[in-house]
Amino acid sequence: MLEHYVSLIIKAIFIENLALSFFLGMCTFLAVSKKVSTSLGLGVAVIVVQVITIPANNLLYTYFLKAGALSWAGYPDVDLSFLGLISYIGVIAAMVQILEMALDKFFPALYNSLGIFLPLITVNCAILGGSLFMVERDYNFGESVAYGFGSSVGWALAIAILAGITEKMDYSDAPKGLRGLGMTFMTCGLLAIVFMAFAGISL
Amino acid sequence: MNIKKLVLEPIISDNPIALQILGICSALAVTVQLKNVFVMCAAVTLVVAFANMGVSLIRNHVPSSIRIIVQMTIIASLVIVAEQFLKAYLYDQWKTMAVYVGLIITNCIVMGRTEAFGMKNGPIESFFDGIGNGLGYSFILIIVGFFRELFGSGKLMGHTIFELTKDGGWYQPNGLMLLPPSAFFLIGIVIWLIRTKDPSQVEG
Repeated sequence: MLEHYVSLIIKAIFIENLALSFFLGMCTFLAVSKKVSTSLGLGVAVIVVQVITIPANNLLYTYFLKAGALSWAGYPDVDLSFLGLISYIGVIAAMVQILEMALDKFFPALYNSLGIFLPLITVNCAILGGSLFMVERDYNFGESVAYGFGSSVGWALAIAILAGITEKMDYSDAPKGLRGLGMTFMTCGLLAIVFMAFAGISL
Repeated sequence: MNIKKLVLEPIISDNPIALQILGICSALAVTVQLKNVFVMCAAVTLVVAFANMGVSLIRNHVPSSIRIIVQMTIIASLVIVAEQFLKAYLYDQWKTMAVYVGLIITNCIVMGRTEAFGMKNGPIESFFDGIGNGLGYSFILIIVGFFRELFGSGKLMGHTIFELTKDGGWYQPNGLMLLPPSAFFLIGIVIWLIRTKDPSQVEG
């Protein structure tokens, strides 16, 4: 049983990395990857949001939205799955707003360094994408916790790798126009090719 | 504020993808075929423009602690309208890119502009800011889509330009162009060109 969860987590981190295999959450990924410390902060924020929202969306899906899910309330024929997208984004937006208020109060330094990218976690497609994959693959509650953890750790790992490379890249003598964002794009393309190597592994 | 400046500025000098780093996921996903690029660009431009205007209209009545949810509701409603419209009038196109239309909700250009511009400016300026940023987004996507389709499958808008070797022609298609990493390299090159032309955007 434990093995099943471990392999789910490993798969979510490496083989199906949200950032480098599915290209989700790219905007924040590229913009916040200039310093390792900031990107780790963002990675932690994403892990927190993801670990809360995926299981929350899983419960929402199982008990309200799935076809026949409302049978506990006496409506066995109701299928609300078309409301999926807007409900998931609602849960995510609410979570991010709460996290924003909590960070503002307790960790003002992290809050200031994240700036506009904190509200943008709402539209970080890695978060919504994670919830959609969870629904598509029909995970149960336990699996959704494991998947939420694994996929967000994978994302955080990818941004930490990219930030580490970008930091070192500051010392290299790149053409002027390519410095900064241009280099980040190229590095990211190479990293994506590297992660394609994991694609063949099956657990 | 000057409307012409609002529309033209985001195309090169304040481009959403190349400078503001917004809306990159879809730039990687839909650029394999130029036809999808045009539909996607039209949808995104209209959604940004109207979402920006809508948020700007109610900006003085929304407490800042719930603004994200309010913005998401406006954006999600507009995206559902766009999706239904495509389903009704461009059904074949919709079938090939249904997922990506839904993902406009999480396209950070929309949220980025409503948060950075719509919350602070009047409805008319916001509308044109949305149009401008949509055009800036389209500018990059069309360039990337053009090269990926031309070199990846030898076609443009589905018409054969380079005769492929497997059909008896001369062109050996570049398989890398069909894979998502190629979009990274192409966007990187576009950024390089823009910044060579306009050195004020160079970092560090």
